[in-house]
Amino acid sequence: MTTPVQSRPLPQRVRDFPFPFPTDSYRYSTNVEPAGRPKATAGGTWGASVLHVDESYASDAAECEALLRADPSRCQALAHMRPAVWDALLYVLTELERAQPGLFQLEELGHEQFRWTNRALDVEQVFRYGDDSSLPDDPLRWLAPQLQDDLVLLDQREDALWADAGVVTAAADWSMKFDVGMSFLEVHGPVPRIHPERIISRAQDFLMRLAPGEEYRRTNWTMTVGRRLDSGTETYPEWGPDRRLVLGQDLGARLHLRVEVQHLVRLPSSGTIAFLIRTYLLPLDDIALVPAWRDRVAAVLDELPEDMADYKGLTRFRSAAVDWLRAAGAP
Amino acid sequence: MSDLLEAIAHAPARSRADDRLRLVVQAVEDAAPGIRSLVLAHPEGGALPSFLPGSHVVVDCGDRRNAYSLTGPCLTPSTWTVSVLRKPDGGGGSMWMHQLKPGAEVAVTPPRSMFPPVPGAHRHLLVAGGIGVTPILSHVRSAAGWGQEFQVLYGHRPGAAAHAEELAELCGERLETWDDQPGFLARIGQALREQPFGTHLYVCGPPPLMDAAVAAARESGWPQERVHTERFSGEVLEPGEPFTVRLARRGTEIRVPAGVSALEALEGAGLSVPNMCREGVCGECRVPVLAGRPLHRDLFLSTEERDAGDSLMCCVSRSVDAVLELDL
Repeated sequence: MTTPVQSRPLPQRVRDFPFPFPTDSYRYSTNVEPAGRPKATAGGTWGASVLHVDESYASDAAECEALLRADPSRCQALAHMRPAVWDALLYVLTELERAQPGLFQLEELGHEQFRWTNRALDVEQVFRYGDDSSLPDDPLRWLAPQLQDDLVLLDQREDALWADAGVVTAAADWSMKFDVGMSFLEVHGPVPRIHPERIISRAQDFLMRLAPGEEYRRTNWTMTVGRRLDSGTETYPEWGPDRRLVLGQDLGARLHLRVEVQHLVRLPSSGTIAFLIRTYLLPLDDIALVPAWRDRVAAVLDELPEDMADYKGLTRFRSAAVDWLRAAGAP
Repeated sequence: MSDLLEAIAHAPARSRADDRLRLVVQAVEDAAPGIRSLVLAHPEGGALPSFLPGSHVVVDCGDRRNAYSLTGPCLTPSTWTVSVLRKPDGGGGSMWMHQLKPGAEVAVTPPRSMFPPVPGAHRHLLVAGGIGVTPILSHVRSAAGWGQEFQVLYGHRPGAAAHAEELAELCGERLETWDDQPGFLARIGQALREQPFGTHLYVCGPPPLMDAAVAAARESGWPQERVHTERFSGEVLEPGEPFTVRLARRGTEIRVPAGVSALEALEGAGLSVPNMCREGVCGECRVPVLAGRPLHRDLFLSTEERDAGDSLMCCVSRSVDAVLELDL
């Protein structure tokens, strides 16, 4: 007996999903590539533009807004980053328009004045570049809910990169407030397995050599219990215990593959490196709609070495996830 | 951010050499005797890329490629402006630029800055000599626009002060101009001794001026990280000793005579090596070294990379040893 062929069209969120596994086993690898090129998956296509506006845009914006109200420390910028923040703001607005010209419009009015229209959130704003008082709020704070990505700005000086500004509301267990002002090397101090062979300083060298306007991307992944974008260190008491839950019949609905699409961009007029992190969450129920994905995720989880599973926080539920996926694929 | 590292440590390098924009000369004017300003625009109009203060572009000038600083506003500009000093006894690039008329087409690389302002600087001390005023001008625009503290010392030949009016308008009291060299050098030395902590120094001009300013900064106790120089403007390198490059993958050897660069010798032997500025600035022509000690003369590699000795910029750098083995 064979599984009936999927006849209904896949939901948009599935077709757009940046499925991260090219093979049945996952290892750290050379998965950095130039940004902005569409990439086909077994379920659809992703990556045609740096920013991707989807059906959860409005709800993500509301979630981000609520989080920033409750905890303004998610938005950080050292004083010298003003030019970088404005450079990033203009870059993001331009990319939003490029991604969805029907929803977003940036109009240059001359004398460094711009008019921004965001039909999705009903925002219309005239501002003067570099003039903080021409916006209703701090520029990064104003921008954040309109952008589905987290944003970190790396200042380059004295042959190093420094995480001197950022707004982060969907961190996978890290904290912008804790990291602000640290060097790239310091930020990555706690990460295991990457210190031999000068991997961090070589990565930093690559970033420091990016030419203005160059854009690269890569994906990263983990798993999350519940559809929860915010798993920052600040709220660990809220989400941490979920990792230890025993999942039952509802595993397919509650366990999500969490994929980050990361973009690395050298901003043109400040020279700052913008690190954009967009987080996608897709429950295993949806993964199972694409048979090739279902089999691939089961294989990857099954094969993943113990230390990597531990580091990603998957130890408690990975064998249950493998069983569930294989059962979903059984005739 | 964690897993980012392993991946990008192995990312592929991309060549920028073919990214040239085709622009047209929109206007030509004389900025000072012997110095011509060229305004460049898209043939169809529209905004050009924004750029960092201190940026340069590399222009195809006949059979030469010269780097020129952009002097106009940095943000979504509709034109780029370069100012070119006429050098009748130079490599010919400046003469080629001087004969351009409005409507002429030029091939120009995207802007790149090896001389950007430091965002965390408490104050900028900007020193310009002659045509070296060009990158300083965009620094001044930026510092004035962001309300940062700065001071400009500008030395030039009598009657040849390019961009002096524009600078005066942007700087007001913060500009001092000098047309006698001893007075200018003395003033630089004095200014270096009276800056508050956290000041950064930026110098662009003829090599003797830059050497003098850098030496004066060192004597006054300035940390090296706070001293920034832009050196590409026409510095002439020594011809150097002849040497041989051994191409490991091909099993052949090529002789590099004095006065000929390794890049030129490789090209002469029919090899194509990606390259762009041919002045040791852009980093495009880096080649891996397997054996022998490189004699680095570029402005691109970091101190650490120089010390590693495993690559060189073949457009300007040479060899300490008689034979240099390359992974080509």
